Amino acid sequence: MTTLATFSDHVAGLLGPALQSLRVDLDEITLEVDGEKIKSACTALRDDPSCAFAQLIDLCGMDYSAYGAEGGDPWSGSRYAVVYHLLSLDRNARIRVRAQLDSDRPMIDSVIDVWPAADWFEREAFDLFGIVFKGHPDLRRILTDYGFIGHPFRKDFPLSGHVEMAYDEEKGRVAYRPVTVDDRILVPRTIRDDTLTGRRERETG
Amino acid sequence: MAEIRNYTMNFGPQHPAAHGVLRIIMEMDGEVIERCDPHIGLLHRATEKLAESKPFNQSIGYMDRLDYVSMMCNEHAYVLAIEKMLGITPPIRAQYIRVLFDEITRILNHCLWLGAHALDVGAMTVFLYCFREREDLMDCYEAVSGARMHATYYRPGGVYRDLPDRMPQYAPTQRHSDKETEARNRDRSGSLLDFIEAFTERFPGYVDEYETLLSDNRIWKQRTVDIGVVTPERAAALGFTGPMLRGSGVEWDLRRKQPYEVYDRMEFDIPVGTNGDCYDRYLCRVEEMRQSNRIIRQCIEWLRDNPGPVIVDDHKLIPPTRESMKGDMESLIHHFKLFTEGYFVPKGEAYAAVEHPKGEFGIYLVSDGANKPYRVKIRAPGFPHLAALHEMSQGHMLADMVAIIGTQDIVFGEIDR
Repeated sequence: MTTLATFSDHVAGLLGPALQSLRVDLDEITLEVDGEKIKSACTALRDDPSCAFAQLIDLCGMDYSAYGAEGGDPWSGSRYAVVYHLLSLDRNARIRVRAQLDSDRPMIDSVIDVWPAADWFEREAFDLFGIVFKGHPDLRRILTDYGFIGHPFRKDFPLSGHVEMAYDEEKGRVAYRPVTVDDRILVPRTIRDDTLTGRRERETG
Repeated sequence: MAEIRNYTMNFGPQHPAAHGVLRIIMEMDGEVIERCDPHIGLLHRATEKLAESKPFNQSIGYMDRLDYVSMMCNEHAYVLAIEKMLGITPPIRAQYIRVLFDEITRILNHCLWLGAHALDVGAMTVFLYCFREREDLMDCYEAVSGARMHATYYRPGGVYRDLPDRMPQYAPTQRHSDKETEARNRDRSGSLLDFIEAFTERFPGYVDEYETLLSDNRIWKQRTVDIGVVTPERAAALGFTGPMLRGSGVEWDLRRKQPYEVYDRMEFDIPVGTNGDCYDRYLCRVEEMRQSNRIIRQCIEWLRDNPGPVIVDDHKLIPPTRESMKGDMESLIHHFKLFTEGYFVPKGEAYAAVEHPKGEFGIYLVSDGANKPYRVKIRAPGFPHLAALHEMSQGHMLADMVAIIGTQDIVFGEIDR
């Protein structure tokens, strides 16, 4: 794993103060980057010849508010984050970049100028998590219905939603009404210190 | 003189050439597309949110329903992510079976793509030919998993069961004479591997048939050459993967560059295009079908000679056999715990990607140590492809829009998730 270690050293030097922490787990490098400096950090990762992350493979929003709620370790950072997965075609390397956002008003600079692929990914994160991307030219909802209210992938949004669609006799058309189904969770969510949890350490160490 | 104005046109959401429920708002200057804005999400089922509410294994079936023409490849990325976090490696035979079925899936997907693409552009016959081959491959799915499409065959730790020794056979009916039935059952007298091998012998000839119909066809070339050209740099920046990237001349294939399972033992070539237009992407995918056929043959040869387990022997993850449950208390407890609670995945995060027929299909899995995922993010290859629809279609004629949608190999199950 020397290559991963030298590579992560290089990345740490490249990003300088914008980098908050760097972790290597399961052969994947995760960078925690200051949300204020995301754009310059991403540009550096793209343009540096020994990184050359020419592709934004994925961008997703995260809501950590229920992390470890069933008895595990709670999330130490802020509630919202944006996670970027980058791929370098020249170097055949992947890297994960996480930027933690303000818990009340999640907002971050758009990276659409760095990678045009960010366009729809950012719209999706805005739609599902309500994260605002400053500088995005066309930040509209993308996956949910026209006129949808709320951000469905936030942990406080119920699985069954708030509204459902049905044919309304009086109006003579399909209309929204309050949801009538209950959340049907058959298997409760539990966190347990299973023998399994130690499996990875046992096998690798 | 009359004033000439652009007008806005609506395409879809229910249009046979839209490959599902795609709605496009197009701004037209006469017959030339000035701007187009795809509206997606009409098939959004919140798979990622649903996965958060279920134990890990129960979401495998949802993965099939993402890209519903390449089912097992979707499962593959999901089980790879779980295996990565659990730190388990499936037995070598399971890895070969997965590669075998990934490639069968690739042919399945490309057959549908080719048929639908050609049909959109005006060639009827290819569609019928392609569906003939898909029928045989879906029989393979059925033989191994019991379902023709939504297999749920891959499991964390291996595959659900070993390849069957017998292929189901056609029974005589009133409409088919005994002689016909015998002919239909000719390849089905042996095992599944015999059936697949017979298919791989026929299949290159079938691909030749498709190519005879299309590759030098004047109409086909007029409709696809120089349509939707993307430069290699632009393709990378737009997040293209798979044949969309290779069609532009970038030699990038995860099976070769970041091999998973036993792809590093396989011999195959990676076709790349030169011009980055619809015709090059067509040629790439057709060649990929031939290469998949080659990989399948290598897998069959290995699987014949090397019997063995197909799933890890760990009853914390894999249900014990029925027989052992009858006599062994511990097996019964394992079975009960596995189906009422599931297994616990260590805290952490992982990203696993496979070379899906459409491009890079990735799963970003976050676990907080519970029996259910904390977050599953599905990286669908079609999503960034469709996002580039505007750029690819700008300045083209309305009829070319259909060719561009076809070449992108759009399937809404994965884009809308």
